[in-house]
Amino acid sequence: MQVELQCRSRPSTEAISHDRQDQVEQFFKSGHTNNWAVLVCTSRFWFNYRHVANTLSVYRSVKRLGIPDSHIVLMLADDMACNSRNPKPATVFSHKNMELNVYGDDVEVDYRSYEVTVENFLRVLTGRIPPSTPRSKRLLSDDKSNILMYMTGHGGNGFLKFQDSEEITNVELADAFEQMWQKRRYNELLFIIDTCQGASMYERFYSPNIMALASSQVGEDSLSHQPDLGIGVHLMDRYTFYVLEFLEEIHPASQTNMNDLFQVCPKSLCVSTPGHRTDLFQRDPQNVLITDFFGSVRKVEITTETISLDPNLVILESRTPKDEITTEALKYAEQLPVAQIIHQKPKQKDWHPPGGFILGLWALIIMVFFKTYGIKHMKHIF
Amino acid sequence: MPFMWHQGHACQDSSGDFCVTFQLTVPIAVVFAKGSLPAAQQRRLPFADTREEETPLNLRTSVTTRYETAYRSATGQEEAALALGTVQEADAALLPLQSGSLGSLTIYIIPEGSSLLPQGVSVYIGKHRSAVVRGPPAAGDVLTAVNARVRHIAQTMSFTPDSIAAALSDRVPLGNLGLDTRRPFKSSLGRGCACLPGWVGNPDPKSHDVRWDIEAAVRGYVQPFLDKLSFVANFTVDSQILYYAMLGVTPRFDRNSSSFLLSAHSLPHVINPVEARLGSSAASLFPVLNFLLYVPERAHSPLYIQDRDGALVRTNAFHSPRWGGIMVYNVKHPAADEAPLPLRVDVDMVRVMEVFLAQLRLLFGISRAPLPGEFLLENPGNAGLAAWELDRLLWARTVENVATVSTTLTSLAELLDKIGNIVIKDDVASEVYRAVASVQQAMEELAAGRLGAAFQASKEAVTSSERAFFDSSLLHLLYFPDDQKFAIYI
Repeated sequence: MQVELQCRSRPSTEAISHDRQDQVEQFFKSGHTNNWAVLVCTSRFWFNYRHVANTLSVYRSVKRLGIPDSHIVLMLADDMACNSRNPKPATVFSHKNMELNVYGDDVEVDYRSYEVTVENFLRVLTGRIPPSTPRSKRLLSDDKSNILMYMTGHGGNGFLKFQDSEEITNVELADAFEQMWQKRRYNELLFIIDTCQGASMYERFYSPNIMALASSQVGEDSLSHQPDLGIGVHLMDRYTFYVLEFLEEIHPASQTNMNDLFQVCPKSLCVSTPGHRTDLFQRDPQNVLITDFFGSVRKVEITTETISLDPNLVILESRTPKDEITTEALKYAEQLPVAQIIHQKPKQKDWHPPGGFILGLWALIIMVFFKTYGIKHMKHIF
Repeated sequence: MPFMWHQGHACQDSSGDFCVTFQLTVPIAVVFAKGSLPAAQQRRLPFADTREEETPLNLRTSVTTRYETAYRSATGQEEAALALGTVQEADAALLPLQSGSLGSLTIYIIPEGSSLLPQGVSVYIGKHRSAVVRGPPAAGDVLTAVNARVRHIAQTMSFTPDSIAAALSDRVPLGNLGLDTRRPFKSSLGRGCACLPGWVGNPDPKSHDVRWDIEAAVRGYVQPFLDKLSFVANFTVDSQILYYAMLGVTPRFDRNSSSFLLSAHSLPHVINPVEARLGSSAASLFPVLNFLLYVPERAHSPLYIQDRDGALVRTNAFHSPRWGGIMVYNVKHPAADEAPLPLRVDVDMVRVMEVFLAQLRLLFGISRAPLPGEFLLENPGNAGLAAWELDRLLWARTVENVATVSTTLTSLAELLDKIGNIVIKDDVASEVYRAVASVQQAMEELAAGRLGAAFQASKEAVTSSERAFFDSSLLHLLYFPDDQKFAIYI
């Protein structure tokens, strides 16, 4: 006997006022549902240690604030930790006196060494990836993803050097972002760059919903920080160092907004003048939380409805069972003929008729014999 | 200068962008039972009528809704069905007599004095594609009075201009995007698959030995729902038990109710530490919806969720758009401490599935709009999804797919304009042709009122256009963009 409950829908005034309050709150918040981070270090070689340390420190902060490895695309040359010049192998330090090892044992590098090229980088951004690429190397963002992009390395006016062999120009980067926007591969994008003349890289952006920060203006150099006498190189760049100090104060529930990030590293500390660009961004930076990009705070709704199910109506095994595919038990093929190699008697070889060489040899022997002893003996043979 | 396609109009406005008019046709059959029409109007039956409404959404997009209504009187079998005791039985008996094609509606008008519908209810919407309406008094102009009602019901069961506008929110910028537009998956479902893992999180295996019969529950409750949606996308379902998975948040102890409480603003921080332990998103290229049943540890039992006003949530569950849902399952501990640990917990799958299916519906964008009190909506029962709700989903998805394809192909065309020497391989070209042919077919089927064929065509169009756009040979870098050429000569 089935009893089905019927629902009557009646609007209530309390529900309406809640909705309005919700709408007001939602209007100022970002509309994203997931976060991605693309962290790129474009340098290799030992003297560019600080670029790898920069990227790994940002990677650590982003993981600490909640973005999982499956949503981070990390591109590093990864030749620091096991470099023969590293006095402390398997470590990459970001504070002098070797205070903080940012390499550790749970760093997931997606593109390493010679895979960090301009082509791979643009493929990751635009999604035009060969179908055989594994999932960890893809940027599977959708129209409700907020993406954080961090790039560091050596740059100039309008370009960024990749691994000492190629360059990416600001026009290409802007075009890549436009291709991302056309397919709605991001909801909002925060672009941070720590190179010399970094502000030139964001000059050409023209897609909406992009906010950009750079460590120095055109014509200025970004300087390094934290020289360590034990390791022999500079361990960090100034701008990233102070940004990370700022991020240490942030926890997943904090309400700090972007305006505070713009104030990080004034000229007195950084020697270069950091710049930022917000004209393409729709929301006011005052309302943009740091955790909108650096963390992964999910939007959550309480489930208020249920469906009513009747356990007596459950259809059990109503579909025809799939045909059983009989598989025979598989076993491992013999790798080595051990029985033949060690003590056992040798395998009987199959008999083959004698080959050409043997036949020729015998023919020669017979001919020599008859030559020597005369042809009349041949009649005894044939 | 405007130019026309075959069906549905396409024009080009001054900025060179294509504007698109969607023509959506809903075939409706209105069946009058004996005694619901005055004799004068009864003689006019059967006849057909078509009404069009055009709604411009913005300068470039407009929606024309055509209701092709066929009015007729009830056959003998239908009269017999409508004479049954309850309206649910009538609905079940009428089902084989309807055309039943996707997107069509059948509305039965019964006399005002009929007792088929309960008191105070004038419209009953069944779980298939039909509705029963109590007609106005048979004395006056029933037809006109019924038309307004029919239009309202048709909008509820198929689409409204607002729901189409929400599906097109890429092309039509909306002011305040409500929660409804953010929750459901967009055309990512067009990629073809979604993965639905179910998890039990047991942080305290010393105290609780959790058993759940997930296979039977999936077979009995989830699979019928997914089978109904199999037209839309392919689904795979997994399940796993996760031990020692802690919530990232420490619940507060409330002395009044001697229970632990999770407040609403700490809920967003629950998901991340748990997600790090779930392996599913690392493995699959397709969108994943996670459903987690959390059995709180003995030290933190019972655990309840508080909403924003401080009231306890009845379902003890919450969900996150495009991620999935979490439900907290409290276990009754016997008062005496001699009970042997671990305590065996057999999870009540019915209760759990009721919540999970409700969350699944919300995450797919199937929600109930508020209706006036005189409407009676039939519970979809164990299938979880009424046929007309599926139709609503299909209308929105088809329109969204067509809009996505047009944006994708336009963007691809712009890319080709910008880079003059780009090479288009033959397979990319054939995908583009196929996408264009499929989208034209989809528009034709939409205008003809054949929703099933329209959705299929739009799905093929999206697949082809995505394959063409994301082909790895189309990277602009490979073709020496102009800004790179000058550097050689300087």
